[in-house]
Amino acid sequence: MAEWAADFYKCFIREDRYKLLLSGVGVTIKVSLLAVIFGILIGMLIAMCNLSNKKVPRFIGGVYTDVIRGTPSVTQLMIIYFVIFASVQIDKWIIAAIAFGVNSGAYVSEIIRAGILSIDKGQTEAGRSLGLSAFQTMSRIVVPQAVKNIFPALCNEFIVLIKETAIVGYVGLMDIQKAGDFIKSATYIAFMPLIGTAVIYYVLIKILTLALRRVELRLRRADAR
Amino acid sequence: MIRVKNLHKKFEDLMVLNGIDEHITQGEVVVVIGPSGSGKSTFLRCLNLLETVTEGEIYVDDELITAPKVNVNQVRQKMGMVFQQFNLFPHLSIMDNITLAPVLLKKMTKEEARKRGQELLERVNLGEKANAYPAQLSGGQKQRVAIARALAMDPEIMLFDEPTSALDPEMVGEVLDVMKDLARSGMTMVIVTHEMGFAREVASRVLFIDQGVVMESGTPEEIFNNPKNERMKNFLSKVLV
Repeated sequence: MAEWAADFYKCFIREDRYKLLLSGVGVTIKVSLLAVIFGILIGMLIAMCNLSNKKVPRFIGGVYTDVIRGTPSVTQLMIIYFVIFASVQIDKWIIAAIAFGVNSGAYVSEIIRAGILSIDKGQTEAGRSLGLSAFQTMSRIVVPQAVKNIFPALCNEFIVLIKETAIVGYVGLMDIQKAGDFIKSATYIAFMPLIGTAVIYYVLIKILTLALRRVELRLRRADAR
Repeated sequence: MIRVKNLHKKFEDLMVLNGIDEHITQGEVVVVIGPSGSGKSTFLRCLNLLETVTEGEIYVDDELITAPKVNVNQVRQKMGMVFQQFNLFPHLSIMDNITLAPVLLKKMTKEEARKRGQELLERVNLGEKANAYPAQLSGGQKQRVAIARALAMDPEIMLFDEPTSALDPEMVGEVLDVMKDLARSGMTMVIVTHEMGFAREVASRVLFIDQGVVMESGTPEEIFNNPKNERMKNFLSKVLV
């Protein structure tokens, strides 16, 4: 027990190492939040492409989803950081967020596409038969109904995304994972910092899950009228 | 009002409509009957371009609506459509279901549309349901709302695709009553249905479609009392038990 306490002190208290982890939490949250926004925007765009009845957008959407799903996210992150943004002066964390957004977008697009396809064709036909344009029908009739179906899967995707960001250490960002790793190297203790890292991720995701579930319940209640 | 020339519709390799020529004039109530798979619903759906026409021409008010550059949305505003499955918008209140299109398409202001919506709801005997949601209504009530919704766009023609086929038997009457009322008011209507009693009572003309062509066309008396076509006789013997 005394040994544990000593390890704990060494890993988290001495030299203010907890501050490293705290700023790591900040980096993880920052990158994840921006990536979620990029992911949704890109996801909507790609979903539109995939749902289009024209050949060119469908081809672009297909290739995008195919390439992103067929390559590891670490590879994508490194390509975007070291190749595409190699000579551009932007904050590291923003580049990382773009990379994760690009990755997440492919998955979000599939979620959105499936959600839109889950709405009965009759809804579209009813809208169009009244003289609404394809866009009006989509935005006023199909999408509002699809959102409720999409929401749970989208939440899941965000949780996956937060955990995915644990690889930002590869491009030199000090997130939670990297901070834990740093402490491990500095102290030669593996157990404490790694378990600490796991606990922090777990708590973060638990809070998010609970919050999102509340939103989902509210959406459902609105549906039951 | 509607002129159809040599209408063909092909799904993949299946020829569903095989050359239909028809002329529907103002105020006519045309009831389309025929066995399932005969193409009668497809015919109706071609009229407001929910199906793309493979070959042939459709004119509405002398405008060729099958022309490639035609404004489809404009054409559809002239034609109300009522579906077998009602297709009300479940996320909108009854009133919003009715006012959505007229307001969005700038036919009316929101206030005008609500006033008109209330009138239409009263016309289909659902005046007190304006703030309800589709999930709270019975099938017959939903279909009457769907009719009101189509009427809100002030269409010149109303198309009905088996409007009572998804209803419990005791609700069929209330929907047919609304349609009879509409027919009496002089609305041009094209109705695909299996309700032979309704066809006999309301139709100004009955079309019998089978194998993608109009096999027989005439007044209800001609069609039901004195069918000439063999298939027609066969069909009637099955449905008029």
